[in-house]
Amino acid sequence: MPSAPDAGGSPQHPDEVPSPTAAPELSQEGVDGHVEAALAAIGGAGDLDELKEARLAHAGDRSPLALANRAIGALPGPEKAAAGKLVGQARGRVNQALARRQQELEAERDERILVEEAMDLTVAPGRRPLGRRHVLTVTAERMADAMVALGWEVAEGPQVEAEWFNFDALNFDKDHPARQMQDTFFVDPAKAGLVLRTHTSPVQARSLLDRGVPLYVAVPGKTFRTDELDATHTPVFHQLEGLAIDEGLTMAHLKGTLDRLAEAMFGPGTVSRLRPAYFPFTEPSAEMDFRCFVCRGEATAPPCRTCGGTGWIEWGGCGMVNHNVLRACGVDPERYQGFAFGMGVERTAMFRHGIADMRELIEGDVRFNAQFGMEI
Amino acid sequence: MRVPVDWLGEYVTLPEGVTGEQIAADLVAVGLEEEGLHTSGVGGPLVVGRVLEMSPEEQRNGKTINWCQVDVGDANGTGEPQGIVCGAHNFTVGDLVAVILPGGTLPTPQGPLTISARKTYGHVSAGMICSVRELGIGEDHDGILVLPRLLPAEVVARLAPGDDLITVLGLDRETVEVNVTPDRGYCFSLRGIAREYSHATGAAYTDPASLAVDAGDGEGYAVRLADESPVEGVPGCDRYLARVVRGIDLTRTTPEWMARRLTEAGMRPLGLAVDVTNYVMLALGQPLHAFDLATLTGPVVVRRARPGERLTTLDDVDRALDPEDLLITDGGERVLALAGVMGGEDGEVTPGVTTDVLIESAHFDARSVGRTSRRHKLSSEAARRFERGVDPGVTAAAAQLAVDLLVEHGGGTADPAVTDVDQRPERSTIDLDLTMATRYVGVNYDLARVREILELIGCELTDGESARLVTVRPPSWRPDLTDAPGLVEEVARIDGYDKIPSVVPRAVGGRGLTHGQRARRAVATALAGQGLQEVLTYPFVGAARFDELGLDDADPHRHAVRLANPLSDEAPLMRTALLQTLPEALRRNVSRGTRDVALFEIDSVTRPEGEVMAPVPGVGEQPDDEVLAQIRSAVPAQPWHVAIMAAGQADRAGWWGRGRPVDVVDVVGWAHAVADALGVEVRRRQGARAPFHPGRCVELTLPDGTRVGWAGELHPKVVQRLGLPLRTSAAELDLDVLVTASDHRTQASPLSTHPLATSDVALEVPRGVRFSAVEESLRAGAGALLESLELFDVYAGDQVAQDRHSLAFRMHFRAPDRTLTTQEVNEARDAAVGRAAQEHGAVQR
Ligand SMILES: [Zn+2]
Repeated sequence: MPSAPDAGGSPQHPDEVPSPTAAPELSQEGVDGHVEAALAAIGGAGDLDELKEARLAHAGDRSPLALANRAIGALPGPEKAAAGKLVGQARGRVNQALARRQQELEAERDERILVEEAMDLTVAPGRRPLGRRHVLTVTAERMADAMVALGWEVAEGPQVEAEWFNFDALNFDKDHPARQMQDTFFVDPAKAGLVLRTHTSPVQARSLLDRGVPLYVAVPGKTFRTDELDATHTPVFHQLEGLAIDEGLTMAHLKGTLDRLAEAMFGPGTVSRLRPAYFPFTEPSAEMDFRCFVCRGEATAPPCRTCGGTGWIEWGGCGMVNHNVLRACGVDPERYQGFAFGMGVERTAMFRHGIADMRELIEGDVRFNAQFGMEI
Repeated sequence: MRVPVDWLGEYVTLPEGVTGEQIAADLVAVGLEEEGLHTSGVGGPLVVGRVLEMSPEEQRNGKTINWCQVDVGDANGTGEPQGIVCGAHNFTVGDLVAVILPGGTLPTPQGPLTISARKTYGHVSAGMICSVRELGIGEDHDGILVLPRLLPAEVVARLAPGDDLITVLGLDRETVEVNVTPDRGYCFSLRGIAREYSHATGAAYTDPASLAVDAGDGEGYAVRLADESPVEGVPGCDRYLARVVRGIDLTRTTPEWMARRLTEAGMRPLGLAVDVTNYVMLALGQPLHAFDLATLTGPVVVRRARPGERLTTLDDVDRALDPEDLLITDGGERVLALAGVMGGEDGEVTPGVTTDVLIESAHFDARSVGRTSRRHKLSSEAARRFERGVDPGVTAAAAQLAVDLLVEHGGGTADPAVTDVDQRPERSTIDLDLTMATRYVGVNYDLARVREILELIGCELTDGESARLVTVRPPSWRPDLTDAPGLVEEVARIDGYDKIPSVVPRAVGGRGLTHGQRARRAVATALAGQGLQEVLTYPFVGAARFDELGLDDADPHRHAVRLANPLSDEAPLMRTALLQTLPEALRRNVSRGTRDVALFEIDSVTRPEGEVMAPVPGVGEQPDDEVLAQIRSAVPAQPWHVAIMAAGQADRAGWWGRGRPVDVVDVVGWAHAVADALGVEVRRRQGARAPFHPGRCVELTLPDGTRVGWAGELHPKVVQRLGLPLRTSAAELDLDVLVTASDHRTQASPLSTHPLATSDVALEVPRGVRFSAVEESLRAGAGALLESLELFDVYAGDQVAQDRHSLAFRMHFRAPDRTLTTQEVNEARDAAVGRAAQEHGAVQR
């Protein structure tokens, strides 16, 4: 039984303590009278303070029963036992009643405190602003993780990059229109030979030179083109690059890899499609689409808004790595071959999450972040 | 490239009733991506109407409208005249006009407009009498289209009221627009597109270049190819064919069908001579140039420009020529044109003046044309094609087609003589193992199928030593085919990429993310967990930002990489610290009503050292180690950083109680959280450094003194200059330093389960003494039994001398092997206090 913190303490206000009765009556009637009075006082105590008073008055050192108990000693021997039993039983009844009442009143008090302490928690608290990762970094991590799950490694490279790595190593001839079509930021002076990388592809060359073959790397990173910011363009954006060079790799392996990545990003059953295209650093080259995860290519009326009714969504470019790239990186194209692909992280996030305006991804408005969880 | 469907149908057999949409889809399969589909936008019912009555009615606004009754036959379902209000006046009773009835649609800049009967000027007008402009078939007329004024008499003669006009006016015509990749110059022609369509669908293809070419009789106009400094060893012109047509009337109008095709293909009709050359270019892909023969005084000489030469091109720009520019000159002196790019004023044909024309059909080097075009920022239809490769085999046919068209529509006669200076090099061949297609693509191609496809696209195959080895000579219109993988691509493309199976490769097995990659994720997650928001800001800054941040002139952060072509001249530099670009994001949030903002960004910053030039060796070859090392070392250092910037409330006020503003202590705490997330111990040194408040700034270092970064409150002046909220605090740390420091396996220490003994001491110390110094003394003095200590109060006031304050430390003692006695604890505490007293004059209160 828990003891009440305020039970049995010394009296705080001696004035209120009832004065001792004149003489103890050790008769049955007398003792019963004290017991009745005590039980009445205990039963009548409405709270723990009143019970404390009753305890003092009826079970305290100077209560009638205590005095009666003390008086037993003065009795002649033969009467002592009977009186002792009488008083002892009486005190026992009183103490029992006290304990019971104490328990009842404590329970009442505990109950009351809980009611008093109740808080209305139905309005959301906002004491600490909540933090978030950015949807683009989390998306890029998810894409990289999907590649790691296939046994690939993740490589990185500099944003301010040597022109040679960004173009020449990737078979972009300095006079080829494809090089001009990259809308490149050049570092001043032009003879510095540096650019802001226009794609994550220079890391292909760096990885081949640094790590050698066989090689399976994914490269997430920031890239730059001289586009003005609008709803669908941003001069600073992110790509995920993939490069696999080994013996016997074919376009079928490229397609298999893209299918896996498409599934990881857009759900089970999402497949990829290749369309002929041209990129200087791949041959054969392809544009890749993924199956619209909304309509799954089924005709709908009105036409599916996600894919515009085509059933496919453009994702990026890919192909078999051009022999000139392998040669520039010291890899023997007669023995090793492989594929590369690259897609926009922004585009991936926009389709995954139905983001209509590119600007929301770059403005840093925390209300945008707040829509997403930490793992998306 | 815009492809008018009916033009395409002239070179390749289109299925009956094929739509532009289907054609576009077929072209996608062979690599010509759809860019758009252009239609008239006019939807029926659009019918012939005969004006039966028109009563002019003057309106209160002074305008007069015509209330017309128009016979539209049975097209309105009743056969009764149709009542239509019309504001134009250029027609009269009896005229045949184009009437669009309710339910029809007209194109408008705002989108399709559906016509309905509507009340206007007191009548119900049930349709519209259309103008040329409304139908989108011309811009010049404001008035109503009166059919006999547009259509030939024999067509009009067959028209009756109520007849459908959609087809008659060509409003059902479609133009498919495709994107041509830069390796496919030949697809900038109907000839090329038709061939590709044939590859995609198997439809029968007729090469428009296989026409009867005049053999030539006698000496043609003199032409001399005199390129004395070929670019990269390739002569600027390896074929120049000239034809002469005399006695042409260039004032004659271009035939309607040709003008329409040019318009549909996106070019404006500009007069017979130009239209014919443009038409041939669109048809065959060969850019042509027409010179006024009478203005030429000598042979056509093709040479490079001389220093100091100038040319005013047809776009009215006077250009200083570069010795690398290839020129067409009159007799070697007077400059007529930038070869393959654009002509000049001299030698230009002038309708009404010119009667004799010299047609130039030449093959110019792609690289040379491309450089000239870029050098002069002068793009033209001709340059676009030459740059991507023009078929050197189509030269004669193109000239022939132009001559034929000029003779037919301009009424001249062609000189029998043809000049054809042909110095084309032998086209090199490619040795191909036919099994490579299967090994490369992963589709099991039959060798016969591989041969078939290569021959289909125009290659000539010569058998080699075995059945699988062949020598391939690609067709003249495919200069892009230079190696075996290029041929494999053709096989895969024509056979269909959709046949490629999906096989997941077995990678060799990786080692997962690197420590640095995992560490950066951990830092981001830790900061987000602390309530910060990750943002990604643009890395572009201007020098003004360095001033705003209060960096002094010698601050190394001013040394930034500069862009030659920045998006904005205000921000031409790459940031050297993330804090330089975070203010915009913070301000944007505040201005949009989010006042409590704690942001962080993780990215690399650019820290150039000196000016090192990166060599740019060309394609296809591995640079030697020395060159590679030069390239690598020229790339500036780009360490990963993390930066924090925060303002507003750290704890917001609300129904739960009071709030608390975010302050420098929060930011220093977050900086610690970053290090802590990586298990790295950092030390603090009071510092003063821009952009921070000189008294509220701390430098964080590794225990060995390596700098990690800075945290503090921003200088009030910086806050003011950047328009940030008061007391904005910030931090920036070098993540690479932390990542390196954290790249070890932490070894665990056993925990003591003996009771903790705590002892508080209050020390009066002079104010100049750093808290950390006192703390260090206590720690050193207390010895090994001290488990931890914290500064829990700082008091300055009446009870302490003015130049001193009282620091209250709580010290926690514990031994690994026993319960400490009171005496042991007291001795350790006294030793700690003694050390502080000795080193800093601390007095225990
Ligand atoms: Zn869809």
